[in-house]
Amino acid sequence: MEYQAKELFAKHGVTTTLGVVVETPEAAKAAAEKLGGVTVVKAQVKAGGRGKAGGVKLAKTADEAFEHASRILGMQIKGLTVNRVLVTPATPPEEEYYFSFLLDRANRRYLCIASVEGGVEIEEVAKTNPDAVKQIPIDPGTGVDEAKAREIATDAKFPEAVFEQAVTMIQALYTVFVEEDATLVEVNPLARLAGDKLEALDGKVSLDDNASEVRHPEHEQFEIREEADPLEAKAKDKGLNYVKLDGQVGIIGNGAGLVMSTLDVVAYAGEKHGGVKPANFLDIGGGANAQVMADGLDVILNDAQVRSVFVNVFGGITACDEVANGIKGALEILGDEASKPLVVRLDGNNVEAGRAILTELNHPLVTLVDTMDGAADKAAELANA
Amino acid sequence: MSIYLNKDSKIIVQGMTGGMGSKHTTLMLEAGSNIVGGVNARKAGTTVELGGQELPVFGTVKEAMAETGADVSVVFVPPAFTKDACIEAIDAGIGLLVVITEGVPVQDTAEVWSYLQGKQTRMIGPNCPGIITPGESLAGITPHTIAGTGPVGLVSKSGTLTYQMMYELRDFGFSTAIGIGGDPVIGTTHIDALEAFENDPETQAIVMIGEIGGDAEERAAAYIKEHVTKPVVGYVAGFTAPEGKTMGHAGAIVSGSSGTAQAKKEALEAVGVKVGKTPSETADLMREILKSL
Repeated sequence: MEYQAKELFAKHGVTTTLGVVVETPEAAKAAAEKLGGVTVVKAQVKAGGRGKAGGVKLAKTADEAFEHASRILGMQIKGLTVNRVLVTPATPPEEEYYFSFLLDRANRRYLCIASVEGGVEIEEVAKTNPDAVKQIPIDPGTGVDEAKAREIATDAKFPEAVFEQAVTMIQALYTVFVEEDATLVEVNPLARLAGDKLEALDGKVSLDDNASEVRHPEHEQFEIREEADPLEAKAKDKGLNYVKLDGQVGIIGNGAGLVMSTLDVVAYAGEKHGGVKPANFLDIGGGANAQVMADGLDVILNDAQVRSVFVNVFGGITACDEVANGIKGALEILGDEASKPLVVRLDGNNVEAGRAILTELNHPLVTLVDTMDGAADKAAELANA
Repeated sequence: MSIYLNKDSKIIVQGMTGGMGSKHTTLMLEAGSNIVGGVNARKAGTTVELGGQELPVFGTVKEAMAETGADVSVVFVPPAFTKDACIEAIDAGIGLLVVITEGVPVQDTAEVWSYLQGKQTRMIGPNCPGIITPGESLAGITPHTIAGTGPVGLVSKSGTLTYQMMYELRDFGFSTAIGIGGDPVIGTTHIDALEAFENDPETQAIVMIGEIGGDAEERAAAYIKEHVTKPVVGYVAGFTAPEGKTMGHAGAIVSGSSGTAQAKKEALEAVGVKVGKTPSETADLMREILKSL
C-alpha cells in the first residue's frame, strides 16, 4: 500500500511526505488539524485507480477531512474494503513524472521505466506517446551508480531545475529496489512541487517473497492479517501453500505444477457437472505425512463452499503408501470433522501398496480412482450431487 | 545421445553433506550417475559414505574439479547461500550447474545470471528437479524409476508435471527430461532445451510443459516456428489461476492480462503445436505422433 511504500522510500532517503495513517474519521480529523491547511484523504488499498473510484479527496478543513474519511472508510475498491486512509498535506504538483525499477523476467535483468509525462496510467502514455516513455535496461551485476543515474535522468529528459534532485532520487530508489529485494519500485506521480522541489507523491513497492523469507524478517509487518482471507491466514499459520478460489471442489496435491494442472482438469470436468469449479490451490509438497494431510484437509473442510475434495498425488520421491497412510492418519485425526466425500488418485512410486491401504481402510467417504482425469470427473460429480 | 548430460558426466554435489544433499546423492547413485564427490568447506578432506560408496568431500568446487575432473555440479545448499555457491562454481569453470534449491531470492538469481554472461557455465534452475538422461545419468531429484530411455525429449517448468508426463509416456521413454524450474528468472529456458533437442539425433519428438507467468512459452512458440522441425506437443497449467495470486511457484503469477495460460496455449497452437487439455490428453497426442513416425 501507498503508506507502506512511502515508509520504505523514507527509510532509504527518497524525498516523500509520510502523512498520517488512520482508521477512523475522528482520527482523520485530528490528523488534518495537526497537519493544518489543505489536506488529501487517500484510501489505502492494494489496488490502482483509487482516485477514479472516489477514494482520494481534497479536504479544505479538518471537518471536511472527517466527512471524506467517513465516506471512504468501508468503501470497496476493486473488491477490496478500505480499512484505513492516509491524510497528507495537499501539495499541488506543477509537473508530474513517472519512474520505476522492476524485474524484467524475459530479459533476466532489471528495467528502469521513466517518463516526464506521468501522473496518469503509464500504459496509456506508452500507447499514445511511446517516445515519452523511456525504458533503460539495468545490469543486475553493475546496478545503478551515480553515472548510471545521470544517464537515466538525461534519457528521461528530467528538466534542468530538478535534474540534480532526480539523479539523487534515482540512486535512492535503486537502493530501495536492491536493499528491500523488490520486484517493483514505482513512483507515480513523481512530482515537481512549488519551488522546484522533487518529491515522491505516491508509490508502490512489490517485494520478493523468497527474499523476505531469507533475509527480511521485518517485511512481515507489511502483511495486514485482518485483511487476508481467513482460510488463507489459517493455512499460512500451518505452513501450507494455499490459495482460496471460488468453487466447490477442494483440491490437495503435491507440487505446484501438478496442483495447478489439477485445478484445470477439475474445472474442465466440472463443465459436465453443473459447472462446478475448484475451490482452492493447495500444494502439500513432497512430504505428505498424516499431520500435513490433516492440516490441509482441515483448512479445506472449513471452506463452507466445498462439497467434495480431490486428493491428487503423484508419488515421485514420496512413496504412495506413505501418502495413503497420511490420508488414513488424517481421517483418524479429524474424526467426525471429516464430513465431505474424498476422491483420491494415487500414481507413481509404490502405487499398489498405497491403493491397497486405502482399499483395506474402506472408509465410507473415500473413493479411489486410478486416473487423474477420471478422479477429477468423480470429484466434480460428487460436488454437484 | 541426449542433451546436456550423459553417462560420461562426472558430477559433484554442493551441499552433499546436508539432509537433502545426502538423500538425493544416494538416489542419483542408484540412477547410475557418476558422482565423484561433494563440496563443503567445513568438511574438506573427509569422506562420506552414501549408497555404498565412499565419496570425498572437497573444500572448494575448484579443488573438486581439479581432483576428479568433474564437469557437472548439483546445488542443494540453502537459499541464503545459493548465490555464493553458484558464483564459486562458475568461477571454477563448471560446465553444467544444476540448481535444485527452492526459495532463492530473485535478485540473487538475476546477479548470478549477469555474472554467468560470457562464461562457459550452463545453469539449469533454480527451483527445479534437474535433468535426467534415463539409463545414463541423473543430476537432480527426478525419480529414475518412472521411465526408461526412449525417443521423447521433455522440457518442463514443473517438477511433478515432469514426473506425471514421464509416467504417462513410460511405454515410449525419454532421451532426456529436463525441469527448468518455476522461478521468474532461470538459467536454461524452454528455447535452450528445444534447440538442444532439435540437434539431438536420439530425440524424435518433444513435449513442452509450461505454466502461467511471464512469456517464455510465447517466445518458445516463436522459436519453434522458425527453428524446430521435430514434432512438439505442449501442455500449459494454470487456466483457472486467478489474477495477481502466486500459485506455488514464485514465477507462476498472472499479472493483469499477461502470463495467462490461454495466451500461451494460443501462441503454441498458432505455430502448429498441439496442446493437450490435461496431462493424459497431452500424452495421448504424443503417443499418436510417435506411432506415426
